[in-house]
Amino acid sequence: MNRQMMIGLAGTVAIVVAGCAAMQTGPTDPAIEAKAVEMMKTSFKDKGQAKLARLNQDETQHLCSVWGGKEMPKDVAEKIERANLALIKWPADGKLVGDWKQGEKIAQEGRGMQYSDSPTGPVGANCYACHQLSKQEVSYGTMGPSLHNFAKIRGYTEETRRYAWSKVWNAQAFSACTNMPRFGHNGILSEQQVRDVVALLVDPASPVNQ
Amino acid sequence: MTSTMRAAIAAIAFAIAAPAALAQGSTEKGIEAYRQALQDGNPAELWEARGEDLWKKRTGPKNASLEKCDLGLGPGVVKGAYAQMPRHFADADRVMDLETRLVWCRVNLQGMSEADAKRGPFGGPDRKSDIEALVAWITSESKGVTMAVSLDHPKMRENFELGKAIFFFRGGPHDFACATCHGEDGKRIRLQDLPNLTAKSGAQKGYTTWPAYRVSQGELRTFQWRLNDCFRQQRFPELEFGSPASIALTTFLAYNANGAAFAAPAIKR
Amino acid sequence: MADPMKIRANAVGDATEVKVLMNHEMETGQRKDAQGKTVPAWFIQNVTAAWNGKTVLSAQWGPAISKNPFLSFKFKGGAKGDKVQVTWVDNKGETRTDEATIA
Repeated sequence: MNRQMMIGLAGTVAIVVAGCAAMQTGPTDPAIEAKAVEMMKTSFKDKGQAKLARLNQDETQHLCSVWGGKEMPKDVAEKIERANLALIKWPADGKLVGDWKQGEKIAQEGRGMQYSDSPTGPVGANCYACHQLSKQEVSYGTMGPSLHNFAKIRGYTEETRRYAWSKVWNAQAFSACTNMPRFGHNGILSEQQVRDVVALLVDPASPVNQ
Repeated sequence: MTSTMRAAIAAIAFAIAAPAALAQGSTEKGIEAYRQALQDGNPAELWEARGEDLWKKRTGPKNASLEKCDLGLGPGVVKGAYAQMPRHFADADRVMDLETRLVWCRVNLQGMSEADAKRGPFGGPDRKSDIEALVAWITSESKGVTMAVSLDHPKMRENFELGKAIFFFRGGPHDFACATCHGEDGKRIRLQDLPNLTAKSGAQKGYTTWPAYRVSQGELRTFQWRLNDCFRQQRFPELEFGSPASIALTTFLAYNANGAAFAAPAIKR
Repeated sequence: MADPMKIRANAVGDATEVKVLMNHEMETGQRKDAQGKTVPAWFIQNVTAAWNGKTVLSAQWGPAISKNPFLSFKFKGGAKGDKVQVTWVDNKGETRTDEATIA
């Protein structure tokens, strides 16, 4: 018992030390980062549609990783946002709003792009995993803010529609290292699917705005 | 026996009390009540019983049992061993978690090939996993024991730092990292609470309740499985069983759980 | 051959409390496998418990019972050291009997 208590105390002391280490302000030591990446490449293997190439980071992913859990300098964050803002693609026909009923299905669909998913099967945005949208769906997550009344609050304007499109297409353009995937930019959703999700957010008839 | 049982019950009660205090709204309370109802009669005990038999059973080319396997506290000492793992093992000169140490013992004590020793780490309806059963029993022998993972060895310190970098590594089509879902307090996916593994209390709650019997799968799942299936949902390629990255990440998370009473095998939805 | 049950039996006042965990797939017959083929029903149909050879519980089960079922019941009587036997029989005719000593 005494021995156990001592081990317990030793553990507590060690945590305090780690706590201080976690408060470091700079990004991850490049040597550690390089070794971790090397380690990951030997620790994962291709499975189904999920190939090893998915571990190759772009600049946004890299910066968000090395600054993870730390206070990112403002200029780094702005650089990420600028770069991603420039990557937003607008629909060739200028049509931003699709069918909210399809959008609701996409928002409910959690499958897509996992190695366990069929490569030809449905790919959703799984919006409800993180956001409240329509009032009818009680099973929603809280990782992101509630989007209930999204356009009712912001106004049924072109500006709202453009904001919805660009946020769904590339959320990093507005908030560096957000948890939200870049659905359009990374090709998770097709252009039509983005349109339908936008409709779910901005259509006055959509349950989101009721 | 009775004191172990009491410790286990206390540990379970602790595990329930913490989320219950946080629970807000009737939905969460309902889920909590469901979880509580599952506590009595955890089928993980079936895996524990099979694992204890497997530990003592002579098998492999050397026809040996695992009873001389050194989990870090000396050959054959199982009690409390898991609460100090992962750890650096001098005989192998590397950091190992429980699963990789079991593979090492099956190779070195029982004479199995590495491929045989690693076969079937995760069971299914038609294929029971010996590793899951062994892990169930060995971890049950640490129930109620305070987590005390040491970073004194330089390789442990390095594994911890590498594990931390992997935890924050964002990749794949969704830009997900472990930290995406496990970096903030009080969040949930749909109705599933997410422990914040970067905070001490979250890491303690998350780490000490694995392995667990998953009611939805009817299987006992180990921490290696937990990591494997998280990366699947992260849209990453498959994390290999016992791989260096899996051990580094486990080192990071286990160390963050230090100071808490180990409370598994648990039962989860 | 089926894996053993885990049985705990404790004397509580003038009664005995028995808790049993059984190893069983409990297939409902409603589930389809990865190829889309129905997985045939396979479940425990009858459970009996005996104390010193006398039946104290007899139950008929169906496919609605979960995988790896947990059963808890009490019966009047039983003393420390007595034996409690539990037997299940499934719809394929497989059976398993295990025994515990009342503590």
